[in-house]
Amino acid sequence: MTNSLNPSIGNPAAARRDPAWRGRVFWALAALVMLWPMLVLSEFKPWVLVEPGALKPTLHFLGDFFPPKMNSEFLTMVARETWRTVAIATAGLTLALVLAVPLALLSVRVLSISALTGRMALLPGVLRQAVRWLLIVLRSVPELIWALVFVRVVGLGPTAGVLAIGLTYGGMLGKVYAEILESGETHATRSLLHNGSGRLQAFLYALLPQNAGELTSYTVYRWECAIRSSAVLGFVGAGGLGQQMDASMKMFNGSEVATMLLVFMALVGLADRVSAWLRRGLA
Amino acid sequence: MNLLLDQCAARHPAAREHAPAALRGLDLRVAHGEQLAIIGPSGAGKTTLLHLLACALKPDSGSLQLGGRNPWALSRGQLQHLRGELFLAPQVPPLPPRQRTVTAVLAGRLPHEGLWASLRSLFYPSDMALAERALARFDMSDKLFERVDRLSGGERQRVGLARALASQASLFLVDEPLSALDPSRGQQAMESLTQSARERGATLVTTMHHVEMALHHFPRIIGLRDGELAFDLPSAQVTPERLHALYDQHLHELSATTPPASPEATADPAPVVMHCR
Repeated sequence: MTNSLNPSIGNPAAARRDPAWRGRVFWALAALVMLWPMLVLSEFKPWVLVEPGALKPTLHFLGDFFPPKMNSEFLTMVARETWRTVAIATAGLTLALVLAVPLALLSVRVLSISALTGRMALLPGVLRQAVRWLLIVLRSVPELIWALVFVRVVGLGPTAGVLAIGLTYGGMLGKVYAEILESGETHATRSLLHNGSGRLQAFLYALLPQNAGELTSYTVYRWECAIRSSAVLGFVGAGGLGQQMDASMKMFNGSEVATMLLVFMALVGLADRVSAWLRRGLA
Repeated sequence: MNLLLDQCAARHPAAREHAPAALRGLDLRVAHGEQLAIIGPSGAGKTTLLHLLACALKPDSGSLQLGGRNPWALSRGQLQHLRGELFLAPQVPPLPPRQRTVTAVLAGRLPHEGLWASLRSLFYPSDMALAERALARFDMSDKLFERVDRLSGGERQRVGLARALASQASLFLVDEPLSALDPSRGQQAMESLTQSARERGATLVTTMHHVEMALHHFPRIIGLRDGELAFDLPSAQVTPERLHALYDQHLHELSATTPPASPEATADPAPVVMHCR
């Protein structure tokens, strides 16, 4: 009786093998073999970090980080540039919203009246697809490239940063907004459209309240990304804290860099708190 | 609005290719201002018939006329305008969880107001009295500023019905209005619905699971079975024998007062999560 219930007693476990084992080992080894040419191609040589010639200046630079520079004149400058960075990120994100909201609304299939009954009509279908492609183009060009372009057009300074963030983030926000709006519950929206409401009315009275929490939370997250991104853009001359950091790096002034990095951490932490607070308020 | 169905057949858009049509060869003539209930066992095609009348579903064959016009011959703009003249209230009330009751009720008026007016009404409800009157019909005026997700299932259903009353439709198509209501609330809701339809001279078509309630409140009863018309009679002539024949093999539904759980029942709103995309 016991034997029939528990086959391993009469049948040694060693005789049985997990049939998936051989495949698992093969694919693990195959992945390692495929990784090798990529490491060669990307010239990944971590050991140059610890060569004495490279190690000494690095350690010297890092040693300069402590103590961070704290004199009042420098701190005033950092505060002004921090404010400018936040302003670049916020203005850029506002510009992105101006682009993203109409484009997202144009590309959302849930708001199609012809798709309520059967297939979407040809013209609206083509328009929605075209808007989707436009969003892909906008976000596939990195903001750094846009910034380099705009620095040439409008000159050095924050304007180039605002435009670069606005275009790239407009594409990103537009795509993700459309995704959020389409992935949620659509019963309320379709119901309003069925009863004769316009598309924008259905958006305001059903689709938006249904997804407001997620949209806000994603927007705040992108604002945080825009703050970090505006720092990088500063390195190509688009103003703000990044430009100052670039200058200090070139002078190998570690204590200044350290102060600015601390400010950055504080900014990102603050954005995190704001986002958590907004999400609680909207839940 | 008067309705005319002539040899209509329809299938659900999600149905499989060779599945039998949900409605077959249906003839129906409803005069302006008439009130009727559709009864029949689950899967008889009651909801499909409502969707057909609401222009939410295109008939496969046969002709449909609403107010003397064939909706599917109209342009898309005119069709949407016609849809504004009718009101389809689904069984599960279509209310966003974070919306307030007052906004949810006033959304019934959207087809008859401009975009600017509806936008302004989001900042400050433009016709609170209308929303309050509609809610008061269902004994809900104290919940005017409550959020929808804080209401019980029965309260949400009554908010859905109040939205119908706030609309300016001349044809009400109501799917299972009593599925989440207890008998006394159901009685009251039915009275409010039929009475307001009478007051404004609107046509009222309801699907009902609760057969006694249907016989009590409606002068005309349509029996549907397997997508075909079983009978179309004044309620006085609907005998127990006819009901037994209609619900044959589904007799437990004849005595039941609530429909079987609908698959599209709304879940509680999920907590907002942050996605890094």
